[in-house]
Amino acid sequence: MRASSKGHRTLITVIGWTVGLVIFFPILWTVLTSFKTEDEAIASPPAFLFFHWTLENYVEVQSRSDYLKHVFNSVTVAFGSTLIAILVAVPAAWAMAFAPTKRTKDILMWMLSTKMMPPVGALIPIYLLFRDWGLLDTLSGLVGVLMLINLPIVVWMLYTYFKEIPGDILEAARMDGASLGKEIVYVLAPMAVPGIASTLLLNIILAWNEAFWTLNLTAANAAPLTAFIASYSSPEGLFWAKLSAASTLAIAPILLLGWFSQRQLVRGLTFGAVK
Amino acid sequence: MGSIVLEKVSKEFAGFNVIPGLDLTISDGEFVVFVGPSGCGKSTLLRLIAGLEDTSGGRILIDGADMTQTPPAQRALSMVFQSYALYPHMSVYGNIAFPLKMAGRDKAAIDKKVREAAATLNLTDYLDRKPRALSGGQRQRVAIGRAIVREPRAFLFDEPLSNLDAALRVNMRIEISELHQALKTTMIYVTHDQVEAMTMADKIVVLNKGRIEQVGSPLDLYRAPANAFVAGFIGSPRMNFVTGADAEKRGASTIGIRPEHLQLSLEEGAWRGQVDLSEHLGSDTFLRIDVPGIGPITARTTGEFSAKRGAAIFLTPDESKVHLFDGSGEAIR
Repeated sequence: MRASSKGHRTLITVIGWTVGLVIFFPILWTVLTSFKTEDEAIASPPAFLFFHWTLENYVEVQSRSDYLKHVFNSVTVAFGSTLIAILVAVPAAWAMAFAPTKRTKDILMWMLSTKMMPPVGALIPIYLLFRDWGLLDTLSGLVGVLMLINLPIVVWMLYTYFKEIPGDILEAARMDGASLGKEIVYVLAPMAVPGIASTLLLNIILAWNEAFWTLNLTAANAAPLTAFIASYSSPEGLFWAKLSAASTLAIAPILLLGWFSQRQLVRGLTFGAVK
Repeated sequence: MGSIVLEKVSKEFAGFNVIPGLDLTISDGEFVVFVGPSGCGKSTLLRLIAGLEDTSGGRILIDGADMTQTPPAQRALSMVFQSYALYPHMSVYGNIAFPLKMAGRDKAAIDKKVREAAATLNLTDYLDRKPRALSGGQRQRVAIGRAIVREPRAFLFDEPLSNLDAALRVNMRIEISELHQALKTTMIYVTHDQVEAMTMADKIVVLNKGRIEQVGSPLDLYRAPANAFVAGFIGSPRMNFVTGADAEKRGASTIGIRPEHLQLSLEEGAWRGQVDLSEHLGSDTFLRIDVPGIGPITARTTGEFSAKRGAAIFLTPDESKVHLFDGSGEAIR
């Protein structure tokens, strides 16, 4: 009995590591390639670890484009859009979770359905609006559009977390003399901190990695890291090593954030299914 | 002060009439128990008084003022929930202090009040603990502490003891009764347990299907139930109902006789039956007796009474304690 359960556990461990390494391999390969010369990067068969380790790609990338400016833009867009989305979504999710009407489910489904349309379907109208309102290549425009495209997910996640909070406790707060605002600030929000935190993290990552809108609505001023990577896939040809260096630089901050907040993220990704 | 008057209060849920329209007067300082089977509307009625549900019609007056549209926070009522509904992220101190903090009292006043309440409820040693580190009885006391600090016009209790074990329930019942003696504040207490209703209430309101069946003191309801529903609901074990010849003989369509008002004999009596089951409580013995032509009858006798299953036994109802009901179940007086 004991031996078989031990064997079972070993098998699970092996499968776990295999799946993990397969998923992680492209990132590892990108990082390794970023330390190769352009010749070694396209060599066949490729060298895994035994090549001339060099930092020349990073130097080249930094001299060709302003990495820190793109980081600043990414941070602004990811954090800005997520924070505004949370501020809008908390009252919305509160209403849906604790004062539902017979249309609440329909509204939630409708919000989710907006995520089912391919974004390119809305590109031309949004591009024209941005052009007419002078929002093209501005951070505020980008924050706005990313906030809106992620809002359905933020509302859904907060809604599922709020549903887990017993309504009795909010009613107790009302009986204790709390106004609606105080009820949210003193009772609901502190109880929902884990849920709000994982929603925050997941949406920062989504906004950070968002490429479609950021590439189409920015040029130079407001371009975040996604545009920075894309600029290395140029008409003159692909430079794999430099592209890898740019990618490594672009994903490093968000990878570190994700690493340090794994527990919250897992909760976020399971959408409140795990207590 | 804490008088509460309900005038034609009604409540509909999605077209379903839960409370069709109900009048009730609760005087200042009374301990009123709403009792009834599950789904009778007793909790809904309490929530209407609290303001946690909106009325569909009628008026709710608290101390003479119309509070029908007033939000719960401004009705100056305190509520103790079945689930306790403590704030899990706050300490016991924080929980008890919360209503005072919401009322904008200053720190020193809050501290004094919280410590007084904690002393009354034996919670002084637990003030720094979080609710999850407390037992069920302690949590219930925190919920009561949170209710008393704001000195409400009335306390509302929504089945507060149903999550506690039997022994603790008896203790808490006494504590709540003592609290009422000490504070003399109006209390409205909802329960499905008629023993809680009988032992705690000044006045019992028996509810069934959203209607008031009878209002009265515990012994009034026991002695003179207004109808068969109240007669069957109040008293344990339940009243026996007999129809047919025995009822017609007394000019009623149904007669009711409580298990404790039947005299048992092994030799002679009005009804002859066979013992089906005996339950020994030590102080009492409950016998379930199958009487041919009448049906199963429960009888109660004090002390130990040994009767074998299948043994013949005679029952004689105490005629002065027989309740008469007409065809619609109303009592014939």
